[in-house]
Amino acid sequence: MFDRAVFSQRYGVAIAAVLLILFNLAFTPNFATSQTVAVNLSQICTIVIVGVGMTLVIATGGIDLSVGSLMAIAGALSPMFFTGELLPMPNLFVAIAVGIVVPILVAGIFGLFNGWLITSFKIQPIIATLVLFIAGRGIAQVSTNGDLQVFKVPEFQAIAIGRVLGVPFQVWIMLVIVAITAFVLHRTVFGKQVLAVGGNEEAARLSGIPVRRIKLLVYMICGACSGVAGLIVIAMNSAADANLIGLGMELDAIAAVVVGGTLLSGGRATIVGTLLGALVIQLVRYTLLANGVPDPAALVVKAGLIVLAVWLQRQEQA
Amino acid sequence: MMKGFRISPSVAVVAVLIVLTLLGAWRYDGFLGAYNVQSVLRYNSMFALVALGMCFVIMTGGIDLSVGSVAAFASVVSAYLSPYGLLAGLAGGLCAGLLAGTINALVITRLKIMPFIATLATMLAASGTALLLANNQSVSVSYDTAFTSLGQGDLFSFMRPEWVDAEGAGFLAAILGFILSFPTPAWMALAAYVVGAVVINHTAFGRSVLAVGGGTEASRLMGLSVDRTIFSVYIISGAMAGLAGVILASQFGAGQPIEGIGWELFAIASVVVGGTLLTGGNGSIGGTLAGALLLGIIFTILNFENGMGWISLSAYWQSVVRGLFLFVVVVLQAKLSKRAQA
Repeated sequence: MFDRAVFSQRYGVAIAAVLLILFNLAFTPNFATSQTVAVNLSQICTIVIVGVGMTLVIATGGIDLSVGSLMAIAGALSPMFFTGELLPMPNLFVAIAVGIVVPILVAGIFGLFNGWLITSFKIQPIIATLVLFIAGRGIAQVSTNGDLQVFKVPEFQAIAIGRVLGVPFQVWIMLVIVAITAFVLHRTVFGKQVLAVGGNEEAARLSGIPVRRIKLLVYMICGACSGVAGLIVIAMNSAADANLIGLGMELDAIAAVVVGGTLLSGGRATIVGTLLGALVIQLVRYTLLANGVPDPAALVVKAGLIVLAVWLQRQEQA
Repeated sequence: MMKGFRISPSVAVVAVLIVLTLLGAWRYDGFLGAYNVQSVLRYNSMFALVALGMCFVIMTGGIDLSVGSVAAFASVVSAYLSPYGLLAGLAGGLCAGLLAGTINALVITRLKIMPFIATLATMLAASGTALLLANNQSVSVSYDTAFTSLGQGDLFSFMRPEWVDAEGAGFLAAILGFILSFPTPAWMALAAYVVGAVVINHTAFGRSVLAVGGGTEASRLMGLSVDRTIFSVYIISGAMAGLAGVILASQFGAGQPIEGIGWELFAIASVVVGGTLLTGGNGSIGGTLAGALLLGIIFTILNFENGMGWISLSAYWQSVVRGLFLFVVVVLQAKLSKRAQA
């Protein structure tokens, strides 16, 4: 039996992505060049990486507004380590390793803090994560005094702009994170439990699922993903600006998740969908720009896209 | 059972606000001086207006993420209309806000899309439209008309009699002079809050706002028009954002398409700090005003503290302090409501 609703839900965003690519192949000059592909993929890397964490959070029925601020914290911390400014490092590679691992851990711990607020005090996720949305960027700004930290460490910047097989390294990072998380979500007990918590928290609790631990974990993962994205941003810019890293990222990530087909109320999620969602939003923007439509107009189209995606979801549920 | 011991959160926030103000007055010279009070009120009245609209929305259990970019959009529209006079600028900004509010209301009530997403989309659309209209730059307002007096003027200062400044005029005269020198935007915000409080506490519409927030299904069964109530609160929020945009343009002399980032979350924080639960169904208009002023005053206190020279805290500490404040408030609220249920 062909169920149109299930079909459009499962493949809608993929079809949209394919159509956009076909349209561009036909009408946009120089679309099928490695340059264009690299530019478009680099544009969505950080959104997808944050979006993966956000997908897990939303799958449990939550939301995380603090992702942009956590990116700023990780981005502001990292240069302090790999430039050896904070403590002396034996050699550059140890410094870079510490500069990568510690900020991601710190972002993960802040994510854990979000989860703690939500599970221990029963505070709604939107308010609980609002705390770090406001305070987190402040913490990043205070720790750098709001100054721009400029650096030139090609070994570190390789994580964003280095190339493997002609593809930017950050794209590889994104693909690996997407692949691992998609596997975890769809093929492991943990993944099933995440979806169960979002589907019906009370039922999940009664069936013995450690709801509290699951929630703590997804917020921690979301924080760590934000940390990774923050590092990529500073590596791309060869500078860390706590005022700007990740600004507005929460909205971009949520938009990608929603367009990708994950239910905002929780219980149903798709990681690959989030990747495709981000890709569709970016391709629409690119298509408009390449055809002479100004960037702000693309914002309006993006708004329409989000409403359309959610409206389609509603039609299926009805 | 514990009812007698429970302090309403909105009373608590007013108390904290008063304590902080007194502390500031005692510790810093000029904290309650005309200049400082005027600038604090002038600047924060925009946030207070946006928070008022947000309070209505949250009381129905909804949320409006679009207020910041709607204010930016309204500031651009009113800047363009400012050469045609004060009223044209005011009406233009207000209409821009109403338009955005109507779109929110339609998408939420007709397409049945949850407020979080609907207003997120409006936020993007309003910001895009503002940038398009303004051609990616700020739009200067006209100084030939009275438009700038909306943001920069002091509405009742002309009524301020000279004798209040006289030597030995007394305490009451000082207070009278102090109040009459309030800036125009503060009067606008105050008027909006008075109307808002009356509407919530003394009208059928106000009761239906709280009823809808308390339980959509129950209100529907009670025969309340749920959709119409929800529709109205988004219109109100849009109008308040529009008004804030007019003040923004008039106060800073330009329509600013990229202003307003993060205003929505600041407004939500004000509402929550003011004791309104995000689940809807209850709330305090006065508490929201106190919440907005409280978050505003933290910045001023930091500034004055730096001026004392004892410590040196950068302006960035204000976000940390605000976040900490929100943290303390939500944790306390969670504990209080748990105790109330027990």
